[in-house]
Amino acid sequence: MKVNGDVAALDVEPWVSLLDALRERLGVTGPKKGCDQGACGACTVLADGVRINSCLALAVQYDGREITTIEGVDHPLQEAFVRNDGLQCGYCTSGQICSAIGMLAEHAAGMPSAAGGSGELSQDEVRERMSGNLCRCGAYNGIVDAIMEVAGETR
Amino acid sequence: MSIKYAEAEPATTDATKYVGRAVDRIDGPAKTTGEARYAAEHSYPDLAYAALVHATIPRGRVTAIDTEAARAVRGVIDVLTHENVPAMKPPRKPSVLDLSSMVSGTTVNYLGTDEVHWNGQPIAVVVAETLEIARYAASLVRPLYQELPAATSFEAEKHNAVPQKSSLIAEASANKGDAPAALAAAPYAVDLTFSTPPHNHNAIEPHATTAVWDGDRLTLHEGTQNIAWTRRHLALRFGVPEKSIRILSPHVGGGFGGKGSVWAGTLLAVLAARVTGRAVRLALTRESVYHTVGGRTASTQRVALGADADGRLTALIHTSVSRTGRTGGSGEQITAGSRHLYAAPNIHLQQNVVQLDLLANTFMRAPGESIGTFAMESAVDELAWKLGMDPIELRMRNEPERDPLGGQEFSGRRLREAYALGAERFGWSRRDPQAGAMRDGKWLVGMGVATAYHPSLQMMASVTVRLEADGTLVVRCGLHEMGMGTATVQAQIAADEMGVPLDRVRVEYGDSDLPPGPGAGGSMQTATAAAGVTAACAKLKRTLTGLARRAPGSPLRGTRPADVQARDGGLYAGDRGLTYKEILSAAGRDHVEAGVKANTLTFMTKFLRERRKWVKAATGAHFCEVRVDPDTMEVRVSRWLGVFDAGTIINARTAASQLRGGIVMGIGMALSEHTLIDPRNGRVVNPSLSEYHMPVHADVPHIDVEWLNEPDPTMPLGLRGIGEVGITGVAAAVANAVRHATGKRVADLPITLDKLL
Repeated sequence: MKVNGDVAALDVEPWVSLLDALRERLGVTGPKKGCDQGACGACTVLADGVRINSCLALAVQYDGREITTIEGVDHPLQEAFVRNDGLQCGYCTSGQICSAIGMLAEHAAGMPSAAGGSGELSQDEVRERMSGNLCRCGAYNGIVDAIMEVAGETR
Repeated sequence: MSIKYAEAEPATTDATKYVGRAVDRIDGPAKTTGEARYAAEHSYPDLAYAALVHATIPRGRVTAIDTEAARAVRGVIDVLTHENVPAMKPPRKPSVLDLSSMVSGTTVNYLGTDEVHWNGQPIAVVVAETLEIARYAASLVRPLYQELPAATSFEAEKHNAVPQKSSLIAEASANKGDAPAALAAAPYAVDLTFSTPPHNHNAIEPHATTAVWDGDRLTLHEGTQNIAWTRRHLALRFGVPEKSIRILSPHVGGGFGGKGSVWAGTLLAVLAARVTGRAVRLALTRESVYHTVGGRTASTQRVALGADADGRLTALIHTSVSRTGRTGGSGEQITAGSRHLYAAPNIHLQQNVVQLDLLANTFMRAPGESIGTFAMESAVDELAWKLGMDPIELRMRNEPERDPLGGQEFSGRRLREAYALGAERFGWSRRDPQAGAMRDGKWLVGMGVATAYHPSLQMMASVTVRLEADGTLVVRCGLHEMGMGTATVQAQIAADEMGVPLDRVRVEYGDSDLPPGPGAGGSMQTATAAAGVTAACAKLKRTLTGLARRAPGSPLRGTRPADVQARDGGLYAGDRGLTYKEILSAAGRDHVEAGVKANTLTFMTKFLRERRKWVKAATGAHFCEVRVDPDTMEVRVSRWLGVFDAGTIINARTAASQLRGGIVMGIGMALSEHTLIDPRNGRVVNPSLSEYHMPVHADVPHIDVEWLNEPDPTMPLGLRGIGEVGITGVAAAVANAVRHATGKRVADLPITLDKLL
């Protein structure tokens, strides 16, 4: 498995989740564990550029794949999150940013959503597409503003 | 309809270059790069993992516990039960003489007893080489129980509630005039019963502890809202001196009250590390958080209001029942806000409490006021319907000049301004006074208001400030950062006090080796720390002024200390002065330090004296607009504006976020949040983030927040805490908007569609 550009040789039991492999075996603690059942999105990482809940993935399924965690992200969203105060305690932040990167790519590729579509990225679209990432501090407004800002810049 | 308002950006004066500004949070980069490490993210070479075994009965005894299968799993280091571990010392009884005694989540001596006091109480701990092995082996532990009868249903037991005891800090009842008689005689009256369900904090970071013993020295990585009290508590429970315990808590992944006490996970991680001689990490599963960390009590409330034809209140009655656990928790101050909100000549308030065989309740964001304002502010709205009066007008007619019960002055109260400004910005005049009359396409549109209220209190803090030779200013205090912007705002304050650029200030926090700070609770931390920081800076300035005046050829020689100003990185009288670097260099010092120490006696004296003189609170006016689907009765919050009278705002950016955060949690409380407890056996039925429904992105519209920015003359720098005021009144504003949209009053939270169909 490649993690943030580095080859990581791992010998894990088949029941070890990708999240636990990253956090407990590789010391990559950027992805967070909030629920361990795919409900909160704090563990979101990019697998070959696609956002996934790493707590619902088994490490062995990702043999040979390229995993990007927040530690491997270098994206204008990171500064935009700070500027727009899209975070408070910070525990959901890694997942929000990784998810937003994946979400922007999905939208650009024309993936539909329940908010209506694949046209211009509206605030409602962002809210719908980011609803798998919970934030208990309630920094949602700042997160959406940060994503809109970056989406506007990169369009 | 989407209107975006500019956030209030208060004007700054020369003396406050940073206070009031929208400054980026200092820990932002660490949290957006993954660099920030939380309690479960510190590694040790001999680290072992712990997992809990929870009781599956609500009350009784463990008669036998079979750990053989668990021990047989390869990689299991030990299985701890009440049969094989040394008991911890029991927790102390709560006492005002030692405030740290308040930090005990429950009175249960975990693994020191075979007794079971709630469904989910930890009864064994498995320690293993990996997380997966610990969790698997925990599933193999087989306890046998002798069950005892248990009272677990709030609904069934609420009738057995008894009057709550008043404490030094909070009174549980009040009587003025004859409220029942006035109610009976009132030409207009409402008499409503409300209910609110249990809630859980659900910080996204589940509670986690990494405990490392080295002889009698303990290092603890822990997300806590109270470092100093936690340390003292652990010292007492494990029989070691306080100074041999170090608690590191630089980043707390959300708290909301849930990390304000010491719960089982912390104690059992420390115990497991002591027994096994290994570094132990116990990161609770989400389910374990529900089983071991208390939440908000359920409540039932009665609010009855009587008024004359002009809408002037003649009677105000607010009574409540909350619940505790038989082994801990305390009755909530549900009627606390009702003491201060309305100028009624006859008032009756009474809080009652019932003990259940459930996990102890605990404080959760605005305990008391959050659910109390739901009932009171819903009832006021209902009275407005009865009178045919605008609900803002009704509130304004009953806005008190002095405290309705004690007669004290308000240290500042600008609810009239908050409502006037809010009404204008929100477009309140466009509201059709008829229910169900506003539509947007198929959606029914409703608008509602409610008042926010939370007391402004202060604790005590020890703080040191140190100026170093290179011009760096270090602020040292064991403060807690769980998202409020703690370090950022104190850096702003210190920068202004000492006249140095913000990027030269470093705030050290989250460590028990630092001077003890206040707990992060009761919206008290920022004001408390601000008082300490400003006092320590004043001392530091005096010392530096003395050094500056003694410097050879000093341009400050002969100036009066009062004429010396800290600005531009030094001390100046008029345009003559010295930079801090010059002062330290002339004095041959590599740093100068000053500090203030917390003093319990001074604190209590000031607290009691001020309480007789002032009523201090952050207040606000919430404006909510909802859309209700007329077919499914689905409720969507479509617009929000909160206007707050919260004193001086230190950081316009982090303050806005904190107020919004309160509103978001309030929207959850209004529409979806509910910890379901099986009344037959006291088990939490939905201990997960997929079945406890908190607001997600799609549930939260743009939230406008504004503040009046009028300093409170009785508070440090004029600031009032804002961590909790945001959530108060929110559920009522939603319920009132739903009432306007549909004509239906929902008095039973959450407002789910089955209650509207």
